Amino acid sequence: MANTVVQNQQTAEKGEVLLEVRNLKKYFQVRTGFVKKTDLKAVDDVSFFIRRGETLGIVGESGCGKTTLGRTILRLEEPTAGDILYEGQSILGKDMKEYRKKMQIVFQDPYASLDPRKTVGDIIGEAMDIQKLCSSKEERRDRILELMRLVGLNTEFYNRFPHEFSGGQRQRIGIARALAVRPGFIVCDEPVSALDVSIQAQIINMLEELQETQKLTYLFIAHDLAIVKHISSRIGVMYLGHMVELTDSSELYSNPLHPYTQMLLSAIPIANPDVSAARKRIRLEGEIPSPLSPPSGCPFRTRCPKASPGCAGRVPPLKEVSTGHYAACHNL
Amino acid sequence: MKISALSMQNKISPDDFAPLGSDFFGEESLNTEEVGYWKASWQRLKANKIAMFALVIIVVLMFFAFIGPMLSPYTYDQQVRGDEGMWPCLKHPFGTDRIGRDLLVRCMIGTRISMLVGIVSAVIVMIVGSIYGSISGLIGGKVDIAMMRLVDIVYSIPEILLIVVIKMIISDPLDTLINTVPAFYGLRRIGSGLIAIFLVYGCLYWVGMARIVRGQILQLKNLEYVTAANALGCSRSRMIREHLLPNCIGQLIATVMLQIPSAIFTEAFLSYIGIGVAAPMASLGSLTSEALNGINSNPYRVVFPAILISLIILSFNLFGDGLRDALDPKMKK
Amino acid sequence: MQLSRYIIKRILLAIVSIFAIVTITFFLMNLMPGDPFMSEKATEESRQKLIEKYGLDQPIYIQYEKYLKNLVKGDMGTSYVLQKGREVRTIIFESFSVSMKLGVRALILAVIAGITLGCIAGLTKDRLPDGLVRIFSSIGISMPSYVVAAILMIVLAVSWNILPLNYNKPGGWIMPMLTLATYPTCYLTRLTRASILEVMNQDYLRTERAKGMSEFVVVFVHALKNSLIPVITYLGPLTASILTGGFVAESVFSVPGLGRYFVSSISGRDYTMIMGITIFYSTLIVIMNLVCDILYKIVDPRISFE
Repeated sequence: MANTVVQNQQTAEKGEVLLEVRNLKKYFQVRTGFVKKTDLKAVDDVSFFIRRGETLGIVGESGCGKTTLGRTILRLEEPTAGDILYEGQSILGKDMKEYRKKMQIVFQDPYASLDPRKTVGDIIGEAMDIQKLCSSKEERRDRILELMRLVGLNTEFYNRFPHEFSGGQRQRIGIARALAVRPGFIVCDEPVSALDVSIQAQIINMLEELQETQKLTYLFIAHDLAIVKHISSRIGVMYLGHMVELTDSSELYSNPLHPYTQMLLSAIPIANPDVSAARKRIRLEGEIPSPLSPPSGCPFRTRCPKASPGCAGRVPPLKEVSTGHYAACHNL
Repeated sequence: MKISALSMQNKISPDDFAPLGSDFFGEESLNTEEVGYWKASWQRLKANKIAMFALVIIVVLMFFAFIGPMLSPYTYDQQVRGDEGMWPCLKHPFGTDRIGRDLLVRCMIGTRISMLVGIVSAVIVMIVGSIYGSISGLIGGKVDIAMMRLVDIVYSIPEILLIVVIKMIISDPLDTLINTVPAFYGLRRIGSGLIAIFLVYGCLYWVGMARIVRGQILQLKNLEYVTAANALGCSRSRMIREHLLPNCIGQLIATVMLQIPSAIFTEAFLSYIGIGVAAPMASLGSLTSEALNGINSNPYRVVFPAILISLIILSFNLFGDGLRDALDPKMKK
Repeated sequence: MQLSRYIIKRILLAIVSIFAIVTITFFLMNLMPGDPFMSEKATEESRQKLIEKYGLDQPIYIQYEKYLKNLVKGDMGTSYVLQKGREVRTIIFESFSVSMKLGVRALILAVIAGITLGCIAGLTKDRLPDGLVRIFSSIGISMPSYVVAAILMIVLAVSWNILPLNYNKPGGWIMPMLTLATYPTCYLTRLTRASILEVMNQDYLRTERAKGMSEFVVVFVHALKNSLIPVITYLGPLTASILTGGFVAESVFSVPGLGRYFVSSISGRDYTMIMGITIFYSTLIVIMNLVCDILYKIVDPRISFE
């Protein structure tokens, strides 16, 4: 709690907080024995905030809970504990219909995220039908065509079906669908990781443009550090459901504090062989532990080169090491 | 630049990098004429000669059953004096029975009963099964487990026995109802036996359908476009209507089509053992049963109803198989 | 561990199912209008005596409790009408042994003929034998059993006169057996054919051929073994339906089996007989399905345990 107070003080200087997440937990019950059930802690005690107009990147290995985090923030999964505040108001326990107009999501898989039986026009228009945003058919059609132009889709495709499109085009349809309700905040759940590298750049550039013109705030989830660095103003690093480091994008790359972040960064290949050879590489040893039986204390201690017996004691809190730079490690 | 004879490089000219004219794309968009799911399925079905032949036979049988009796000079319960026990002839192409009823028109009525039973039962099964299955699959959790346990139990009840028992129970009150309340006079002609079949189909046969629908829903539920609709604030009923059912409708239809023969089988069996349609109404089952009693003297009377019932079931089976292949999403990739 | 958990779950479910069937049948029976002694030419007084004697005047839940208690002991009461005073279980036992003798013969015939024909069709895909078998089996699954019975009667008994119509004469069991076996034979043929075609396309069979195995070994050792797995699932319901589904065959050919008793006990409103036979049949079907499902899980390691 102390963290959020500090964060709030800072934000007064740098801009208004749009979304705040406090001690968010999402546990899934998994049957592990005949009657025994175990909690799978997909998101465990995560707190952060996002300012209006910025992009917060979330990185981590697959299975670290970043997708669950994104979906829980939109209440597509009901949180187990904690609070989510949008424009200072808690969205928990409320009818989400109003908030669905303000918070949207773009999905990872451009193939599974579009209903194969619906035309492009109906996919984009569905949001308007549900939220009753258009009073007439003409208005609906005009708005859909406007959205298609906005995301760079040929308006002739209005009556086409998703299977006729490439992955990049499908992702544009998905983005248009999210924009249809004129949201202020969009969760981008690995929006480019299923695409070819050349298409990735197009989509990323488009997302950046849209952020300017449509005044959007992003939560950008990815496992590709290079992309996250490019698009984000701040970055959070997740490991086994915990946020282990959170700071400005440039600060994270120049001065990573958490041993896990240091390992992730050293795994990025560098195109220049001389620089690459000179760099000291830290190997990430071992497998990510099962989230069903996470290590006691610090979740990273089983793979951490700096781990000491004290690390097994309790979970390290995310503390502010220098101004705006948070990390969760007992050794800091 | 000099290119070696062994070079794998293609010869390239700056022209290769010129932007394509708009006419190029114009042609392409003409070629990619939109082929929707139903159109593609229909094309696959049309290519299946056996299924199309079965469809033609079904249509012909429909005419035979629903238009035929209007063209016949006799009615199904009319006893023609002096024509008792006739062999097939010009006046009575299928012959007459012991008390002088024209067997052609009785066979037409019997075919009508079989078709009605098959189609109505299939519709009941489809409605009950798909609603039950989609609710179970969509809500999930404890509700799903409880609902599926019920399905497991119903699944293990031998339905023929229950039909017989229910028919015995409801026939008396039902007969009273349809004979005394004017609003139900229309049901008098089909009789309590058929209503019992429909009731039991509504109560029992839906379980297979419910299982299939639930399986499909569970599969679809985890797809991202369902989550996407959720993120747009889609209500549960809209979700079922707009996203889930349209995406499993193909498999539903195929399953329902294969349900029709099984319902016809049941009706034929019940009429055969004498608890199906009420006399003097004719059913292919009761016609065969009557004919078998005099099999030594008039074996031809068995032939027509037996062939008709087999033909109906065969054509529905073959058409159903073809439809399943045509609608099978696995074929489409 | 997982297997034993699955088996326990299935057995519990089977017990619940049987209990549900007993309850449903019992209460349905009591909804049936009239009582079993209505048809008797007896005075009102003696009828009342009979009702009292069988405890039919007691409240329904007491009758239900009594029936359940007796059922657990294996006692299904006595027949009221058909064979007055005889125990239901004795009648069921006697007539079921007749049905079973017929059913087992039909089952053996169906399994042998069905799998053989299915293999022939599957291995000669799109050639003449396959075509013939497919036509035969498509027609076979489209004929209600009374149609099969009628054809057999007309051809074998009336026209050629080589088999007797009466079950009790020598050879009288052949026609009812053929009637019973037709549908399952054709169904098994189609199932086996489809299964073989699927298996023959698998990569591991191509590997066997590439290793130089003879076609005989490939087909009869590797392909057949795997393609018969789905056939096993059908065997449970098949056995149950052959053993219980003899209504038509038994009544057409006057076989003194259980199916015929069931039909006549319904028209005679013989409460205890109807209940006894329904419960007996249902239990049989539930147990058959149970055994088969468990067998299937053991045979096919790919099946997941939910």
